[in-house]
Amino acid sequence: MTNVNGRFGIHGGQYIPETLMNAVIELEEAYNHYKDDPEFNRELTELFNEYAGRPSRLYYAAKMTKDLGGAKIYLKREDLNHTGAHKINNVLGQALLAKKMGKTRLIAETGAGQHGVATATAAALMGMECVVFMGEEDTIRQALNVYRMRLLGAEVVPVKSGTATLKDAVSEAMREWTSRIDDTHYCLGSVMGPHPFPTIVRDFQAVISREIKEQLKEKEDRLPDAVIACVGGGSNAIGSFYHFIGDESVRLIGCEAAGRGIDTFETAATINTGRLGIFHGMKSYFCQDEYGQIAPVYSISAGLDYPGIGPEHAHLHDIGRAQYVAITDDEAVNAFEYLAKTEGIIPAIESAHAVAYAMKIAPEMNKDQIIVITISGRGDKDCAAIARYRGEDIHE
Amino acid sequence: MSRIREAFAGGKAFIPFITCGDPNLDTTAAVVKACAENGADLIELGIPFSDSTAEGPVIQGANLRALKGGVTTDKIFDLVRNLRHEVTIPMVFMTYANVVFSYGAERFISTCREIGMDGLILPDLPFEEKEEFLDTCHKYGVDLISLIAPTSQNRIAMIAREAEGFVYVVSSLGVTGTRSEIKTDLASIVEVIRANTDVPCAIGFGISTPEQARKMAGIADGAIVGSAIIKILEKYGKDAPGHVGEYVKSMKDAVR
Repeated sequence: MTNVNGRFGIHGGQYIPETLMNAVIELEEAYNHYKDDPEFNRELTELFNEYAGRPSRLYYAAKMTKDLGGAKIYLKREDLNHTGAHKINNVLGQALLAKKMGKTRLIAETGAGQHGVATATAAALMGMECVVFMGEEDTIRQALNVYRMRLLGAEVVPVKSGTATLKDAVSEAMREWTSRIDDTHYCLGSVMGPHPFPTIVRDFQAVISREIKEQLKEKEDRLPDAVIACVGGGSNAIGSFYHFIGDESVRLIGCEAAGRGIDTFETAATINTGRLGIFHGMKSYFCQDEYGQIAPVYSISAGLDYPGIGPEHAHLHDIGRAQYVAITDDEAVNAFEYLAKTEGIIPAIESAHAVAYAMKIAPEMNKDQIIVITISGRGDKDCAAIARYRGEDIHE
Repeated sequence: MSRIREAFAGGKAFIPFITCGDPNLDTTAAVVKACAENGADLIELGIPFSDSTAEGPVIQGANLRALKGGVTTDKIFDLVRNLRHEVTIPMVFMTYANVVFSYGAERFISTCREIGMDGLILPDLPFEEKEEFLDTCHKYGVDLISLIAPTSQNRIAMIAREAEGFVYVVSSLGVTGTRSEIKTDLASIVEVIRANTDVPCAIGFGISTPEQARKMAGIADGAIVGSAIIKILEKYGKDAPGHVGEYVKSMKDAVR
């Protein structure tokens, strides 16, 4: 649903320095060339299946379904992918594309570290150099992922500017890209930034909803009633929604990080508290003050701790096709513990935001209805932080 | 002819950049006056932005210090309103698209006109997106300045043909900040610009010494200096105006 200028309704666009314009134009041309190229798609499918472990399972959560007493709950297990999250889908696609374009170096931003780890992994696999920008605050919250990236051969640059979190990592990666374009591809981790990134990342993540549709058809011979995913920039959510956008009967629900609550300043719920703006290359909704200064945002989840949202989500919100709800830290932590105890699955704290909303609506739904929750990543990385949230003095 | 063109009418132009509110607005006012008195031909006033993605560490720091000090767009408009009683050379705002968009394009740009600002530089508004503000800028006679970068190549002619005010030629890849050497083939870029427009062009990014300024002004119609001035402000704080004035004088003498 992109138009030629990379717009989703009024959102999107290419609000970037002139220095980068030819780079994004070159990227768009290369992507348009390769996206329907049979050889490119064969290579990508092989990477997805043989390397990342796709298709990921659509698991019927019987105990959770019984316990909540309403809709049938399926979990789309992106946490079982190689590197432990959905991020690998996009990264394998972009790394393969970059390689075809003759690039030898990947740079990336990361929040929780999942996208950084995925990028470092793809770079190792394809023999490319890799530099990952990560907010200094996040390098402390996610120290294990920093080590994983280094182990994979990547350089991790702690970003100290601004709030030292995900938005600053994105800004720093953009700055780095303007200084070195010839051999470098900016492997953006979410459906955000300037066109063509929101489209490219969506297309590579759309494998999630394509599989959900096929798998549920096989298991239940029908469409789900609701698809629920967490939203920071929004890549696992758009991937989970994409092939259902035309199926009006399917409710699409994105779960934003409310942090300590949408009535506080310590929140990252963009749709619920932000307003229209222009930042990081796109027009979309952003948390900002009355003068357009980007607000410092907060969530227990480093992966959702971003003051904006991808332009396609902003559009789906505008036209009412998707609904965006806010989930607090407390609700997410409860869901994190609930899924671990009920199903023996420890979700990423990001994904726990989606689990939390399903826990709210499933009991009110009929037993013949179906909810699919995307478990976008695994929660091992979060265990120490959640233990600390509960008052236990655990360090990695 | 827009007032900006006048800045280039008397020979090569020297264009200082100042982040408003670093360290405070009174100092900014004194620095602007010192620049004008010491030969600046046009002044770029930066409205700070929380996430200045085109800036290097020096100007990023100035942005954050200014915001921390409580500077807002409205306070900067008041600053200019007062300055215009004394400072008559052309001045332009340099800020980011969201600062204008969030204030309301009509409200922001009409205020520019009212307080006597002559142009607007938005580094995150490339040619493809300038429609966002262009009509409003035309309505109020505020020039929307175009930037051309070392990577612009086949885009130079297209951008130059629609340029207004002056063309801002970005000297190097990367972000703002002083550089020991500028390697881009700027003469070739300027040649293409001049073949496509008679709007003057000035080179910025990386210039700090009188030698560099002389060289750049030799290639183009003027030189823009930001980070080197911010460093003087960082060093001397409220006592900076005199030092900035001396520096501007030495740079203007070099480009003359």
